[in-house]
Amino acid sequence: MSQSAAVTNDLPEVIEEASFLRDTMRGFRKNRMAMVGLVFVCLLVFLAIFAPIISPHDPYRVALDEQLLPASTTYWLGTDNFGRDVLTRILYGARISLVVGTVPSLISLLIGTFMGILSGYMGGKTDFVIMRLADTMIAFPSLLLAMVVMYTLGANLFNIFIALALVGWAGVARVVRSQTLALKEKEFIEAARANGTSRVRIMFSHIFPNVTPTLIVLFSLSIPEAIMWESSLSFLGVGVQPPEASWGLLVAKGKEYLFQAPLVAIMPGVAILMTVLAFNFIGDGLRDALDPSMKD
Amino acid sequence: MLDASRQPEPLVRVEGLKMHFPIYTGLFRSHTGDVKAVDGVSFDILPGETLGLVGESGCGKSTVGRALLRLYEPTAGRVIIDGEDVAHLSAEKLRQKRPTMQMVFQDPQASLNPRMTLAGIIGEPLDEHTSMSRAEKTQRIYELMDQVGLNRRFANRYPHEFSGGQRQRIGIARALALNPKFIVCDEPIAALDVSIQAQVVNLLEDLQERLGLTYLFISHDLSMVRHLADRVAVMYLGRIAELSPSKDLYSRPLHPYAEALLSAVNEPDPELAARRNRIILKGDVPSPANPPQGCNFCTRCPRVFDLCRQVKPDLQEVEPGRFVACHLFSDKTTAGTTGVPEARIEHNQQGASK
Repeated sequence: MSQSAAVTNDLPEVIEEASFLRDTMRGFRKNRMAMVGLVFVCLLVFLAIFAPIISPHDPYRVALDEQLLPASTTYWLGTDNFGRDVLTRILYGARISLVVGTVPSLISLLIGTFMGILSGYMGGKTDFVIMRLADTMIAFPSLLLAMVVMYTLGANLFNIFIALALVGWAGVARVVRSQTLALKEKEFIEAARANGTSRVRIMFSHIFPNVTPTLIVLFSLSIPEAIMWESSLSFLGVGVQPPEASWGLLVAKGKEYLFQAPLVAIMPGVAILMTVLAFNFIGDGLRDALDPSMKD
Repeated sequence: MLDASRQPEPLVRVEGLKMHFPIYTGLFRSHTGDVKAVDGVSFDILPGETLGLVGESGCGKSTVGRALLRLYEPTAGRVIIDGEDVAHLSAEKLRQKRPTMQMVFQDPQASLNPRMTLAGIIGEPLDEHTSMSRAEKTQRIYELMDQVGLNRRFANRYPHEFSGGQRQRIGIARALALNPKFIVCDEPIAALDVSIQAQVVNLLEDLQERLGLTYLFISHDLSMVRHLADRVAVMYLGRIAELSPSKDLYSRPLHPYAEALLSAVNEPDPELAARRNRIILKGDVPSPANPPQGCNFCTRCPRVFDLCRQVKPDLQEVEPGRFVACHLFSDKTTAGTTGVPEARIEHNQQGASK
């Protein structure tokens, strides 16, 4: 806290949440598992972006004379049934899987936060309508819902976003709503109302900043979930279409050759496992770092 | 002297304020009753005056403060602040009216947004109600910080970096931002250390003198109210038991409840303390969802008689400037005859709502 003593005499250029962010970072760095997770994710992002430079192989080149080769110095993880390098396919698959992990999470977070704050703060009919809508979404088996969306709209990346956001927003909205309900009773909200602050302003500048810690944690936890969803959809054949590579699809296609070339199916599975774990560690670390009672 | 001070038009006039919170029970959420947190409260506050509002926990004093500023929608009654009935203003009119009336909250920790800087908190009302330029706003924020004794260097800090007393100063600065006439102080010192309490109370007095503010000072700290308030209203179970000038009330309380309450004030002199006559009430406060049929205090009053159990007494002026709601005193005045029928009606409503 003593660092913030270096404040100038000029009016604050409202340095929003600067000290808050710094505190969070400090708490986060202390958590070893979370840092391991973060390093792993950064490495993965790096590998995915520079996959064409790193890998000497073409992920789409079919070489029927090199089918299902075991691991070797040329093909580190062997080849699949079309003779494509498994490691290269996993690296390229990381691109889709990571995008599918983050974009739909962001969309559902955005919709869910908006709906949740609106529902919690406005109450009454607004609350009723939004919550019944959310209940309806949650009442459907989500996998079925996502599959229906994919079938009707067609299997491509953009539609995966829509399907996953549709499945995900209701959960976020519920969490945000309950937080909003608790915040709404706080005296500082009452103080804002006594000032004549408009509802919109209260929702945006008072309630929203106070639900952000929850949102960050929700986000980090929903990434692995979305990766799993994409994997499930691709595995069932309504997600990413071949010859594109995504981890779920790689597992799905590789399972047929599980006994001849186990690496083809297992290695993308390991990639999913490790990424999900890494994000979970990050999420746990963030949750602890954002909780004031966990700070020194 | 009392008569002379009653000449000016009151800044705040509350008439028959009721704040009932509905109770819904059962599968169909049917309306089965009301918590009568405030049940017919009337008083005036003169410009520049401090009216103390005392009573035990749960008697509805904070609810009065909040209903006055329409942070709750009052069930009935009128709240005229500076010439306008706040209880019935439209949303937009109310918003424009907000700068006139402000509030200082009990818990300075809870009443400041932990994610906003001091400048942001004090400046927010300015953003909402004025179109000041950035420089003007800065100037005003610094002015306010000077007024409440906060170092200008703190402008960029967050509430958690301050002590309780400093936080309460921030809360006061925010309330002052729009030059209000009337401030509701809802137990502003209850959450502070005793040494800090004095500082904050002195600050409030200072500001009142300099800016000509009018306070409704809600508190359960009887000695602090004695020090601060010109007149004091004693509340019990949603109604005012006695409303008297502070000096008279503390030297000679009239209402039996006020008497009992004030006998609980700590006496610093041990000899006097040993001799003083402490009145200990028996039993508990009845539930505000189901108050007694007659006088709200009849279940615990040491001087209760038959009429008390049947008819609610009205607040009446029994001595110049002194208002008491008690049958012991209504007998002495002629007003008793007009008071009874009105009270009867109320009593019938009580029976019907059960």
